[in-house]
Amino acid sequence: MADAAITVEGARKNYGGRGGKSGTSGKGGKGDKGSKGGKQALDGLDLTVARGTVHGMLGPNGAGKTTLVRVLSTLLRPDAGRIEVAGHDVVREPYAVRLRIGLLGQHAALDEELGGRQNLELFGRLYHLGARRARARADELLERFDLTDTGRRPVRAYSGGMRRRLDLAASLITEPEVLFLDEPTTGLDPRGRAEVWASVRSLVGGGTTVLLTTQYLEEADQLADRISVVDAGRVIAEGTAGDLKARIGGDRIDVVLRDAGQLAAAGALLPLNGVSVDTDRRLLSAPVTDRMTALAGVVRALEESGIEAEDIALRRPTLDEVFLHLTERDDRDDRGDRDDRDDRDDRTEEAA
Amino acid sequence: MSMSMATNTHALTDSWTMTRRELARWGRQPVQVVVNLVFPVMLLLMFGYLMGGGRGVSGEYRDYLVPGMLALTMAFGLEGTMIAVTQDLDKGVIDRFRSMPMASGAVLVGRAAADMLQSVLVVAVLVGVGSALGWRAHGGFPAFLGAVGLLLLFRFAMLWIGIHLALVAGKPEMVQAVQILVWPVGFLSNALAAPESMPGWLGTLVEWNPMSHTATAVRDLFGSPGAEPGHVWAAVLWPVALLAVFFPLAVRRFAKLSR
Ligand SMILES: Nc1ncnc2c1ncn2[C@@H]1O[C@H](COP(=O)(O)OP(=O)(O)OP(=O)(O)O)[C@@H](O)[C@H]1O
Ligand SMILES: [Mg+2]
Repeated sequence: MADAAITVEGARKNYGGRGGKSGTSGKGGKGDKGSKGGKQALDGLDLTVARGTVHGMLGPNGAGKTTLVRVLSTLLRPDAGRIEVAGHDVVREPYAVRLRIGLLGQHAALDEELGGRQNLELFGRLYHLGARRARARADELLERFDLTDTGRRPVRAYSGGMRRRLDLAASLITEPEVLFLDEPTTGLDPRGRAEVWASVRSLVGGGTTVLLTTQYLEEADQLADRISVVDAGRVIAEGTAGDLKARIGGDRIDVVLRDAGQLAAAGALLPLNGVSVDTDRRLLSAPVTDRMTALAGVVRALEESGIEAEDIALRRPTLDEVFLHLTERDDRDDRGDRDDRDDRDDRTEEAA
Repeated sequence: MSMSMATNTHALTDSWTMTRRELARWGRQPVQVVVNLVFPVMLLLMFGYLMGGGRGVSGEYRDYLVPGMLALTMAFGLEGTMIAVTQDLDKGVIDRFRSMPMASGAVLVGRAAADMLQSVLVVAVLVGVGSALGWRAHGGFPAFLGAVGLLLLFRFAMLWIGIHLALVAGKPEMVQAVQILVWPVGFLSNALAAPESMPGWLGTLVEWNPMSHTATAVRDLFGSPGAEPGHVWAAVLWPVALLAVFFPLAVRRFAKLSR
């Protein structure tokens, strides 16, 4: 596909099992016994990302996001599936893929003893820029990421935000065609987050394709053209942020009352549908379609009834709510059976 | 294949770049570098003077001890290699290298080059301190170079064992477990005392220790006491045999990080 920067069809990865595809089939693998066939980190994952777009992979801990990024960046060999990045197969042409990608892993991948400039120069040389261009590029990136002053200090002494920015700078040395960002803002303060977001936006202006994983719906919403929701190694929903929000009912309103005793009364009285009640937090929560109408309606209803509210807030659904919603619709009763069947499929693919 | 071709053209440059990286790290941690050089000297002084050792050794003990300490230091180098590799793995920087269009073997070559360079320095320092204490090599210059060559060959074998063990263990915490093994193997040798002074089975074990062959051969080439002729071959063959096993194992392990 000419206009796809990333194509993934039926990607599978099981850490426990029959790792590489060396001849000895399923039996000999060390991990096999302990993990009983292991858990499918990628369980038939499909994905297409168009060139020049930002694609968000949204999923909880253990969903398989990092595994996917590692497979796409040639660090990890998939058990099965057709996987192409920038037009090249990750298994058969890893070198061609590496020429065209940048990687920001979930954890910093830097030499902690060296300074920021030394790190960037080292990577620049390993990208074969040559000594002079490597140095110039390092200076450029330090400036761009506001690290010039700290370029000499060892990375060990950097704050989390600085380290992340340096790591991002390192992944941009060659202005890659495709950039992988694995939870780029996890652990950053709001300012650090905003900086990373701004960098990502400016990259996309330059035509880079970005695959971004995150646990935050808001981040995907802010940055991504399209979003895939991943769970248990497969994509369970895909679309624009708008599509997904429409599926999960958009924003929510939270009303915290002063008196928990009035929760039931308020629930009946407020002009809202699908209200859920959390007694411990004295909280009523409901999906809303039109934010302002809902807010005005709630305020008016509370005033008229004399029920006192401590807090009223409009907010985006949390990832939890997205998941609950999406997984409720998914009929997953046959889950166990399906896993067994997948294992069998794997074996036949290998034998073929 | 285009991949291996592209990789080959860069193999040398990348190896050099990775070696420079290690040197730059030395520049960043001068204290560490000095400590690593001083430690064997401390051991030498300790065993030579404090312990007044040398059970079963005829002649000047320091003439026996200096070659032994050289061999022992080469063996302990295994730890340093292992620590460095596990740290790289732990910090994820190897992941970045592996995601880049570089000759991936350069990561190991850089490690090897830096560790060998460090070993040359340690040998120089120990020889220097030994000389200051009155120790002399009596075998002539070519024999001296031959002895240094045997020491470095032994270190080179230890290096690849270290890389392999690090890749198997993966975590820095595991290094301690290996240390617990390296030290007895190091001391269960003829580095500090003559095997004849030990109980029968232990003496046999010690004579079998590859490190003992290196120490004996080095003593032979230095013309030191405790020298027995005829160990040079064993001091060549043992490391070569170890390399024949552990070099391919380490390289395969490294390639299999993507497993
Ligand atoms: N090296 C490994 N060995 C064995 N199992 C692993 C390994 N790495 C990940 N897994 C397992 O694979 C599954 C997917 O993990 P992965 O790290 O890809 O998830 P993730 O979506 O990135 O999670 P997080 O949000 O916590 O980073 C999990 O069940 C995890 O326990
Ligand atoms: Mg992850």
